[in-house]
Amino acid sequence: MIKPRDLVIDLTALTLDDLPRAGGKAVNLARLARAGLTVPQGFCITTAAYDHYLNETGIRERLPLLLERKAFAQMRWEELWDLALKVRHLFLQTPLPQDLSDVLAQSLFARFDDDYPLSVRSTAPAEDTTNASFAGLHDSFVHVRGLAAILDKVRLVWASLWSDRALLYRQELSLDPATSSMAVLVQELIEGTCSGVAFSRCPGRPHLAAIEAVWGLNQGLVDGDVEPDRILFDASGQIVERHAPQREQACRAVPQGVVLQPLPTDQRAASPLSDTDAGRILALLRQAENHFGAAQDVEWTLRDGTLFALQARPITASGTADNDERAWYLSLHKSLATLAKLRRRIEDGLLPAMEQEARRLGSMDLTKLDDEALAAAIRERQGLLDAWEARYRDECIPMAHGIRLFGQLYNDRLRPEDPFAFLDLLAGDEGLLAVQRNRALQELAARVRANPQLAQQLRDGRTLPTDSPFVLDLHGFTARFGTLSWVMGSPEDEARSLAGLILELAKKPPEAHFPHRQTREDAYRAAFSAKEQALAREVLDIGRASYRLRDNDNLFIGGLSARLHEACREAERRLAEGAHPLLSSLIDPGKTRVARRTTAAPFPPPPAAAIPGTRRQARQLVGQPAGPGLAQGHARVIRRPEDLRAFQSGEILVCDAVDPNMTFVVPLAGGIVERRGGMLIHGAIIAREYGLACVTGVPGAIDLINTGDRITVDGYLGLVTVEPAVH
Amino acid sequence: MGKTLSDFGDSELLLQLCSGQNLAVLSTEADARPYASLVAVAMTSDLRHLFFATPRATRKYANLSTNPRVALLLDNRTNQVADFSRAAAATVLGVAQELSAQERDKNQAFYLERHPHLAEFAASPSTALFRVRVESIYLVTRFQSVMEYHFTP
Repeated sequence: MIKPRDLVIDLTALTLDDLPRAGGKAVNLARLARAGLTVPQGFCITTAAYDHYLNETGIRERLPLLLERKAFAQMRWEELWDLALKVRHLFLQTPLPQDLSDVLAQSLFARFDDDYPLSVRSTAPAEDTTNASFAGLHDSFVHVRGLAAILDKVRLVWASLWSDRALLYRQELSLDPATSSMAVLVQELIEGTCSGVAFSRCPGRPHLAAIEAVWGLNQGLVDGDVEPDRILFDASGQIVERHAPQREQACRAVPQGVVLQPLPTDQRAASPLSDTDAGRILALLRQAENHFGAAQDVEWTLRDGTLFALQARPITASGTADNDERAWYLSLHKSLATLAKLRRRIEDGLLPAMEQEARRLGSMDLTKLDDEALAAAIRERQGLLDAWEARYRDECIPMAHGIRLFGQLYNDRLRPEDPFAFLDLLAGDEGLLAVQRNRALQELAARVRANPQLAQQLRDGRTLPTDSPFVLDLHGFTARFGTLSWVMGSPEDEARSLAGLILELAKKPPEAHFPHRQTREDAYRAAFSAKEQALAREVLDIGRASYRLRDNDNLFIGGLSARLHEACREAERRLAEGAHPLLSSLIDPGKTRVARRTTAAPFPPPPAAAIPGTRRQARQLVGQPAGPGLAQGHARVIRRPEDLRAFQSGEILVCDAVDPNMTFVVPLAGGIVERRGGMLIHGAIIAREYGLACVTGVPGAIDLINTGDRITVDGYLGLVTVEPAVH
Repeated sequence: MGKTLSDFGDSELLLQLCSGQNLAVLSTEADARPYASLVAVAMTSDLRHLFFATPRATRKYANLSTNPRVALLLDNRTNQVADFSRAAAATVLGVAQELSAQERDKNQAFYLERHPHLAEFAASPSTALFRVRVESIYLVTRFQSVMEYHFTP
């Protein structure tokens, strides 16, 4: 039996004693209201409601199966996002029990008319039981209307207890599916003419207080889409500096939610905040400081002359140390507007420049350089590769958030059974270089398949006339897509390997893939009203651009990396012929560098303690189900790029990470097993495209499986079962 | 989430399980009919040997007389939901041999150190002490992760 009084409490009735069930955000606002500040009216849905929902629906039991499937220490940040998406989907797909939804509906209608604009905000007890403040770990929604939408957002706020950001801080937050809980604050939306944040200590200049102000709602400021006016105060309360940005846009409430709109001319020219109002906000800040006895960040908004406090948060030691990379991850959460700008910068600037660089390097004749110039070329290429990789990390990785933004919108609207169904709208893009390259290879293979004589010549390793149509097309292939050299070894090896690869590919025609793209796209569009079509298109577009970039940029990095490899190979050639002191220090023969992806692997896996006198043999490995299907075959474990050469049709590709530069063997594979985890990684995506069974995120995959082992890839459950080749 | 049991490496977990569990499910077989029973066990620290005691009039004793091959299951489940992700189970495979009077004297102390309250039971002339020579152990963690440990002879 649930007691409505335990589930819902008026905002103003909350006291400090309610902290464990109402969370810090709600309790702090209640305290401000009692101290005489104006806060938007509303009520708190306590943690008892979350607990009731979990217990009644069985989510309490299902959560640990998701969250504890794999040791967090062995998870990449991308996997945390996948995990959070699954949890979010679980909440989204699980309706509220009737008794709970009745209580929430009654509480809502007792306070607000139906369709009244509201905010639905997270107020987490764990967030404020720690000494550090963690802003932005959980979700809040601004401008929500109508019972159904409110109840949806309540569940999404609950789910955000397990957001990827929160999971990063699971230790600090003591997150545990058995005990952790979340409260929700439902408040009237105040559509202020201007809004902002006031800081007791200006970031970077702690002796000053600061107010940031924007026209319209606060969301644009918080998301980083709208540059605020900044007003700084000294300790006496005098304004010492005013910074005005280029004012262009404001966040406003529209029927569909909140959007960025261009500012009218008069608002562009004027500061949103007069000195007098700035003084009022400073007074509000001081009041909050006095009340809580600590420095504060206060969110505020001004409507018709009334100043509202929206949120007050103590500035404690920042949640993260300066060297804590998790802060970088948090910064990757980008809004649609930011992503659109980033996309232009990458597509119009970064990628063409990278391509040009690779082309410039490729046109140099290395054999004509003397040792000194060759050494300089190697150093230059190394430096360029490092610099581009750094830019990749700074610009392309954040762009990947576009896929997530799209995925979330897709899931919110279509509620598919498979939370990753949205990938089918992204895959199979004709703009993907890897797709184009693999198709070109398939065309070469089709030629061989249709011409037994040619196939025999290739099998015999005979040199074909340089002007034969096949050889010309082969050259066309390498000219267009670059060589596969860093994968395939020396040019002679490569010619042989490429022929071998094409012969393997010729054995069976490729199966059709990307089956769902168009139907899924139609269903997606149909889920939006006429007015929302533009938004639906824009988000899909950003999702696709982000997906394309993710693939292509890596091929561009691969191109640069091949140029470095080329120069190193020339140096190796000279070293093999005699002493070249200028070169020998640059070349470490055992360690040829290959293109690498800048991925964050936050913690090294724990070493496995051995049990003396035993041979340890993996029987069943658990990963993430990344491509549905069941495949059985012999494992081909790729420990070094050269291992790809021996790849045979039907083998299971087992590797540390499928690089776009090696996806051409995928059409040959019976299935894929990958150590690197995630649903959005190349292995997973390409497996989906080819309809292959795929399991990703298998810790120690290439150490625990050996080439020749007979393995079963269960792409439904995310399991890999191993029968070793030799006992 | 703090460090849960399942954050330990699997070998570490196996050692904990084998040294920490008092009871195991013993599987025996006769006439192609499998049979399961609960027994008090003690395992040596190198995991190569496992001891259990049983009265001679039991079905398991009769079964072992015809087929000494056994499978035992050690696990740390708590009958809570968390078991699905946090419980670990070890399937121990090997061959059981009843100890002779002389060997029994040598090994009984080890067994009773683990189960002092079974002194009377173990001392009874009708009780047999078995030693299982462990050939391999299959460790299941996190619901579905399976690692095998094969003992070199």
